[in-house]
Amino acid sequence: MTDFTQSYDAPRRNYSQLALRWLLFALLGLFALFYLMPLFVMVTTSLKSLEEIRTGSLVALPREVTFDAWRTAWSETCTGVKCEGLKPYFWNSVLMTVPAVIIATLLGAVNGYVIAQWRFKGANLIFSLMLFGCFIPFQVVLLPMARSLGILGLAGSIPGLILVHVIYGIGFTTLFFRNYYVTIPSELTKAAKVDGAGFFRIFWSIFLPLSLPIVVVTVIWQFTNIWNDFLFGVSFSQSGTQPVTVALNNIVNSTTGVKEYNVDMAAAIIAALPTLLVYVVAGKYFIRGLTAGSVKG
Amino acid sequence: MTEWLERHVPKMVLAPSFVAVLIFVYGFIFWTAWVSFTRSKLMPRYEIKGFIQYERLFASPRWDTAMDNLFIFGTLFIGISMILGLFLAILLDQKIRAEGALRTIYLYPMALSMIVTGTAWKWIMNPGLGIEATVRSWGFESFTFNWITDPKMAIYAVVVAAVWQASGFVMALFLAGLRSVDEEIIKAAQVDGIPTWRIYSAIIIPSMAPIFLSAFIVLAHLAIKSFDLVIALTGGGPGYATDLPATYMYAMAFSRGDIGQAASSAMVMMGVVFAIVVPYLYSELRAKHD
Amino acid sequence: MAPILDIKQLYKNYGSVEILKDINVAIEPGDFLVLVGPSGCGKSTLLNCIAGLEPITGGTLSIGGKDMTHVSPKDRDIAMVFQSYALYPTMSVAKNITFGMKVRGVDAATQEQKLNEVASQLQIEQLLNRRPGQLSGGQRQRVAMGRALVRDPKLFLFDEPLSNLDAKLRVEMRSEIKKLHQNLGATMVYVTHDQIEAMTLATKIVVLKGGVVQQIGTPAEIYNRPANLFVADFMGSPAMNLIPAKATKNGTGTQIEIAREGAAPLMLTDTHAENLPQDVILGLRPEDIAEAGFRAGEDVQVAECHIDMVEPAGADTFVVSELGGKQVTARLHAETGAQPGQPLPLAFDLSKVSYFAPGSGERLN
Repeated sequence: MTDFTQSYDAPRRNYSQLALRWLLFALLGLFALFYLMPLFVMVTTSLKSLEEIRTGSLVALPREVTFDAWRTAWSETCTGVKCEGLKPYFWNSVLMTVPAVIIATLLGAVNGYVIAQWRFKGANLIFSLMLFGCFIPFQVVLLPMARSLGILGLAGSIPGLILVHVIYGIGFTTLFFRNYYVTIPSELTKAAKVDGAGFFRIFWSIFLPLSLPIVVVTVIWQFTNIWNDFLFGVSFSQSGTQPVTVALNNIVNSTTGVKEYNVDMAAAIIAALPTLLVYVVAGKYFIRGLTAGSVKG
Repeated sequence: MTEWLERHVPKMVLAPSFVAVLIFVYGFIFWTAWVSFTRSKLMPRYEIKGFIQYERLFASPRWDTAMDNLFIFGTLFIGISMILGLFLAILLDQKIRAEGALRTIYLYPMALSMIVTGTAWKWIMNPGLGIEATVRSWGFESFTFNWITDPKMAIYAVVVAAVWQASGFVMALFLAGLRSVDEEIIKAAQVDGIPTWRIYSAIIIPSMAPIFLSAFIVLAHLAIKSFDLVIALTGGGPGYATDLPATYMYAMAFSRGDIGQAASSAMVMMGVVFAIVVPYLYSELRAKHD
Repeated sequence: MAPILDIKQLYKNYGSVEILKDINVAIEPGDFLVLVGPSGCGKSTLLNCIAGLEPITGGTLSIGGKDMTHVSPKDRDIAMVFQSYALYPTMSVAKNITFGMKVRGVDAATQEQKLNEVASQLQIEQLLNRRPGQLSGGQRQRVAMGRALVRDPKLFLFDEPLSNLDAKLRVEMRSEIKKLHQNLGATMVYVTHDQIEAMTLATKIVVLKGGVVQQIGTPAEIYNRPANLFVADFMGSPAMNLIPAKATKNGTGTQIEIAREGAAPLMLTDTHAENLPQDVILGLRPEDIAEAGFRAGEDVQVAECHIDMVEPAGADTFVVSELGGKQVTARLHAETGAQPGQPLPLAFDLSKVSYFAPGSGERLN
């Protein structure tokens, strides 16, 4: 967009414009503080001793930096009866998230390819039905899913959670790939057909090599959603298979013993670290996924 | 045979996903709907008994609180996030040198789990050691900020944390929208000598109507599904003070063993979501076909 | 000789919408068939049907004497050049050209040899390692042609291949395609909405409108004897003048009367026309109306006309005069002294005239 307020290097500026500019920066800075404050508090609290937390101020920097809380959070703190820290649950999350992301992304890629490039009668209806599935409040499938996992022998297991995340991820992954492949001219498919390539050949040799950006977007989207999920995790896992979000909640809301706020904060950061890292490394794709997920159709 | 195969491969590839969606989305909705009309308690029963579950639901003061809370929470969360998001987007649209960094800062909460958000804000708003204690230590001895433990105010604490998490996302949506307005229209307005604020209020913002709509849909959807945040921040408490339909449903399903209530409350939630989303999706899909 | 492409009673529906109706076309080996018509007339759909990319609803289609109605595109022995070129974006030019051979399992040495042949033929040797994204429009066009040529098919199909090029390049590529056709002696089917392309390239033109064939013929036939008002108006630029007139039989032939506002009607006598109804639409191309004295012949008749507008166009000058309520264009030589607002004697060459029925639009003579 063109610049409305005179740009900062304009040769002559009057004072009111300068004042406006400063106000603008002040406001932006204030909001930046608002968004950063919780992260700041989490990090500093996690580096303080319990003693310092009780006596000091919320916003003060730690007088003495200690990583004890981090060690406790990772490998010692208690979730319910067990006291092994967050570590095993963190790995549960990894074991659950990685396959679920891969499977849902692959299925979404193939589905999107079919819907965008191999239109057949009813394909649009199928797409609409899948899209609708993205919007249901998951509470409505919680009860039957719990029973179905039981019947399938997957109740309380990580494969069960993978299945759940794949099924309810397909809608979005299909949407992402469909919207991407729809922008690729159908003449490409036609040309390849004339060249003698079949369904899978065209997908493999022509569409997949084109798909890197949307694969990244989809993987990030799925990864963030599944890693951060709590509802499915708390509903369909049992004590040994809980994902990290559920374990974190158990640590924070356990009512026994002394409340170790520094450990809570360290645990929260550990649980948030993978998605934060993805955000920092590939923020552009993360935002693209968010906006693609909201501007539908 | 190969001809036939060739023609039907696309359908066969799509079929498993489609069947999965049919069963696990639509079949399950049907199951829940069915059970919501039965006397199911600890175990599901399948004889239809009419609307008793819904009668119980609407007679329950806890459900009443949950729906009231959803209304308060939804209105404030959506309203504040939209206003704040738009405001930040406009501020960021003024050719700021540090735009990239600021955008990253405003948006990062969206990458966090709501459980993490809840944990952080629970600590910050903790009356004994959080903001309240800090401000008091600065000499304002009578300062109180105990929303999180005050049944009347706790829902507003949830709003604060939710707005913190989602407003950056709204900002990103709006910023993209601001940037997609046709530059020539803006240039024309500038040539006409229209002041900046009028260009925003009369030209740019009205042209972003579809973005307002999608932001609204996403936020409404988030509000209705909100579960993790309440669990982590207040656990639904104090008492039932911050119960939302989502936590009510969960409590009925998994701790109270009242499947009938869980099913009927889930159906009401779906009704609310669909009342908002269906017209939107319908218009989107129609627009695509034209 | 047996037709190389034979389309019989072809129908194509999308649901209840009829896209193509009763198409019958046959061409001989070496023909250059152009399908021309306004957008939405079904010409690209017909090409896709020939390629096998769209199933047809009714009728039959054979290529090289073999029934191909239900055969998949890869087995039809065709090659196709698309409007967007449809180059595979992630493959190099060389890979783009050899992809089809690779899929068909042609051995590497043959692939290499054919690639080099085609590359030198099209002068794209230096581009072989580039990606399509690094090429200009004209270069992409060549690569797309290369991909088709390497196949050495019975039938080349072109779907508006020049419409994405700028005007100058379009003329260049047009003559290249023409050369290619002549050098290879190949059979080509070419879709375009540009009637000049159709005229310059074709040995045979099919004019389509609303999924119905309007006329099939050589460029000369289509140009000189359009079968109906639509063809008359669509083919040729500037378009044929179509002037409402009254015909009456008299001793020497048919008296043609064209009304003029604020002046006596223009009277012409056609000695060849027979059995015309009273109301006709007279069709005369701009070049068949000249400045008096510059056109001779027994069917040339001169009449003074009021000139409304003069448009010099370099080689020619067009003048416009209102006849029968229509803006009638005449193509004069560049040095004409015509002045707007002045009368000018114009010569009408009635040997080239077409008559159409006002209601049906069908040709009458």
